Amino acid sequence: MRYFPHTKEDIQQMLEVIGADSLESLFSCIPEECLMNHEMNLPFAMSEWELNHHMDDLSAGMAVSPGYRIFIGAGRYDHYIPATVSSLKMRSEFLTAYTPYQPEISQGTLQAIYEYQSLAARLMGVDVVTASHYDGATAFAEALLMAVRKTGLRRVAVSRLVHPLYRRVARTYLEPAGIEIKELPMLESGLTDISAMDGSKDFAAVAIQSPNFLGCIEDLKKAGEKTHEIGALFIAGFTEAIAYGVLKNPGSLGADIVFGEGQSLGIPMAFGGPGLGMLGATSEHTRNLPGRLIGKTMDIDGRPGFVLTLATREQHIRREKATSNICTNNSHCALTAAIYMASLGRSGFRELASLNHDKAAYLRKQFASHGFRLPFDSLFFNEFVVEFPEGEAIYERLLDKKIVPGLSLFSYYPELSNCYLICVTETTSKDDMDMLIREAIS
Amino acid sequence: MNESLGASGLILNEKLLWEKGKKGRCGFSIPKSDVPSSPLHPDLTGDGPDFPELSEVDVVRHYTRLSTWNFGVDTGMYPLGSCTMKYSPKTNERQAGIPGFSSSHPLLPAALCQGALRLMAELEIFLAEITGMDAVSLQPGAGAHGELAGILIVHAFLKQRGLSRSRIIIPDTAHGTNPASAALCGYKPVSVKSNPEGILAPEDIAAVMDEDTAGIMLTNPNTIGLFEDNIAEIAEIVHAKGGLVYADGANMNAVMGIVDMGRIGVDVLHLNLHKTFSSPHGGGGPGSGPVCVKKHLEPFLPIPRIILKDDGKFEFSEDFPDSVGKLLTFHGHFGVMVRAYSYILSMGADGLKTASRLAVLNANYLKERLKDTFHLAYDRPCMHESVFSDRNQQATKISTLDIAKRLMDYGYHPPTIYFPLVVPGALMIEPTETESKEDLDQFVYAMKQIAEEAAKTPGVLKEAPVRCKVRRLDEATAARKPCLTG
Repeated sequence: MRYFPHTKEDIQQMLEVIGADSLESLFSCIPEECLMNHEMNLPFAMSEWELNHHMDDLSAGMAVSPGYRIFIGAGRYDHYIPATVSSLKMRSEFLTAYTPYQPEISQGTLQAIYEYQSLAARLMGVDVVTASHYDGATAFAEALLMAVRKTGLRRVAVSRLVHPLYRRVARTYLEPAGIEIKELPMLESGLTDISAMDGSKDFAAVAIQSPNFLGCIEDLKKAGEKTHEIGALFIAGFTEAIAYGVLKNPGSLGADIVFGEGQSLGIPMAFGGPGLGMLGATSEHTRNLPGRLIGKTMDIDGRPGFVLTLATREQHIRREKATSNICTNNSHCALTAAIYMASLGRSGFRELASLNHDKAAYLRKQFASHGFRLPFDSLFFNEFVVEFPEGEAIYERLLDKKIVPGLSLFSYYPELSNCYLICVTETTSKDDMDMLIREAIS
Repeated sequence: MNESLGASGLILNEKLLWEKGKKGRCGFSIPKSDVPSSPLHPDLTGDGPDFPELSEVDVVRHYTRLSTWNFGVDTGMYPLGSCTMKYSPKTNERQAGIPGFSSSHPLLPAALCQGALRLMAELEIFLAEITGMDAVSLQPGAGAHGELAGILIVHAFLKQRGLSRSRIIIPDTAHGTNPASAALCGYKPVSVKSNPEGILAPEDIAAVMDEDTAGIMLTNPNTIGLFEDNIAEIAEIVHAKGGLVYADGANMNAVMGIVDMGRIGVDVLHLNLHKTFSSPHGGGGPGSGPVCVKKHLEPFLPIPRIILKDDGKFEFSEDFPDSVGKLLTFHGHFGVMVRAYSYILSMGADGLKTASRLAVLNANYLKERLKDTFHLAYDRPCMHESVFSDRNQQATKISTLDIAKRLMDYGYHPPTIYFPLVVPGALMIEPTETESKEDLDQFVYAMKQIAEEAAKTPGVLKEAPVRCKVRRLDEATAARKPCLTG
């Protein structure tokens, strides 16, 4: 095996130093009843090129662009990833390092993640952002838990238009601890009915996503004011980070805590993971944040440097009283996002975001002009809902043409039968969109 | 001096991103628009985030310079105890980068993602086979997340039986994540000390296990690098009171193909694909923490689960009403799974077993070669790691921290320090199987040199490191006056 450097002589010499007869005898301290009494039944070891063939075969049937035209978003977005991002993130000094517990020998990771925290804070409009979480859903669950800790109240209100899978993850985190989740209904417009909070009290937080799961842009300012009126913390978030290239950010509209998914920032979709959980807040919540934070400091010669900091919030110091159990996070994805944000810059990021919206607006208009019903008339970013006429099997027909025309909403919102959530990014050409329309009406 | 030391590299300074660049630059190839412009209402829009503007070359130089300030497994030996910093094979990166895997959308119809589903289904089977458990969910995103899954499963199992318990036994050698994960389910940790041999004694477990205790969370091999010999008896004690045994599989690298976790009474266990199964740590993640269970706990695994239908096709199923629910938005860290799957296929059963044997050989070799110089906390055959301390160096007021910092000057990443807490001043050394005898001998030489310096010229250690990008950093001020963004 090419990963093992040991020769027979090495093993012999090492066993002699240890005073053992054989490799097996190194395990003689293990009681017999604990041993595996059979050989593991696994496939025979493959050579490197056999593995290449096997993996190429296995991946061959996967529907990806350009063989397929895929119009699904819903939490994972097909954005262009520049070669610089793919190449720089693979530098093995970044890739094969552990968590930067020893700062002097980890300054590369530490400065890069400090810069990520800073750029992410500017994107989200908050004072502080953690070094990363697993994904948008776990960042969302942690945001709710933060609010519960901060207020001491054990009820939270969550919009029904927060990504349905995020809401399910939040239930997994909150229910065993006995925290109650109230669901805010949706209006005909495809926006959250914030008036459902009128007269409520004893809520730790109200949580809204914008653009919401149906693609509609929520009125965060109004929702924030309403939330603060009832004395709760306002949590706002997103699944599509690119939207904030052009939209006013959640922090500037009054959010106390902001959560989001950063996969759009140069991270491959990779069948749903790993992504990037983004979590930030105003500075009064700093010491209540879960997970790692990197801070700037100086060395004994007065040179600037970076360290993991505020560790007294964390599990390895505070144990069961920690702000979270998280240890390993998605640091390498945060590095990737930082390289991506640095590559775009302010005007590039804004231009890219506008392009996403322009393309989506074009496709939506095409659907409208061909007589498709668009159930919601609210403003949107790069996702919107279309209804396919009942009984026409448009979806199946398009699949046959290697077009996946969006995500069926029926299983998430039973009242939206025949409705599909459609997503367009900068990678979708006008030709792709025209073809979708052509096939849909044929 | 040590021959691995070499000359100090060319370490270049590099400003922060926003101290570089100029308005008007862009390092991204923005496509020309082929559709009409459709501006959003100005009430909704802002000027875009205040990001610095850099050219492609600016970005490339920035991150290349930063990378040279880091030390990875590809740079050299990284004996960080309990972290299993083995070599991460390059072929795994190639496999994870195949467009069919890396560009696939998680919500594709099942017919259009059979390859990914098959890979996940097979990886579940492989991991069940390696651990001796019956069923696996790949969904948890890291070790602590796998632990949380495990404890949620314990909680759900007891709840279904109408049992509400308030405590859980956690040995003093446990990772800090164990008590924090238990707390999320409302369990209060009951700490149990290990015995003078460094392992758990059955009578100590029997003394605290009762019908208000959900079970035990233990790490085997434990964090001192020792096998918990009494595990079978401990499991019997816990089971007799209706509790469950959760095992933290962080140290599985010592016992692949050697110990049968299913046979020794473990009910639920998590693995770390980023430790045992070679996926790179990425400077702190992403990891992957599959949770493995015995048959009686299978109904509680996270959903969706992958099922094989009669027509030979795979699909996701949500039809598991007792499930603890979802832990991540989609199906887990698929990119990490591809690497682990590639590793297992490259190694085969013999390769994995040999990896464990050589990991244990390397750890015992270091233990024997170093124990005359450094104080060894428990002098008995170890598994994948051993724990030393600074006791022999205290005469000259040299601490574990000084030893760790000086190791950097010799070209090594330091071991895990001050953990486990049961060994004051702990130096926890895990070499892994991918270090050669020559590399271990060099490391021993460096450690002995450092011990000599500690005795004769302790000031050298207090000044260390002197060959890194920066010297010792002021962590106290960083925490007192946090500067977390710039």
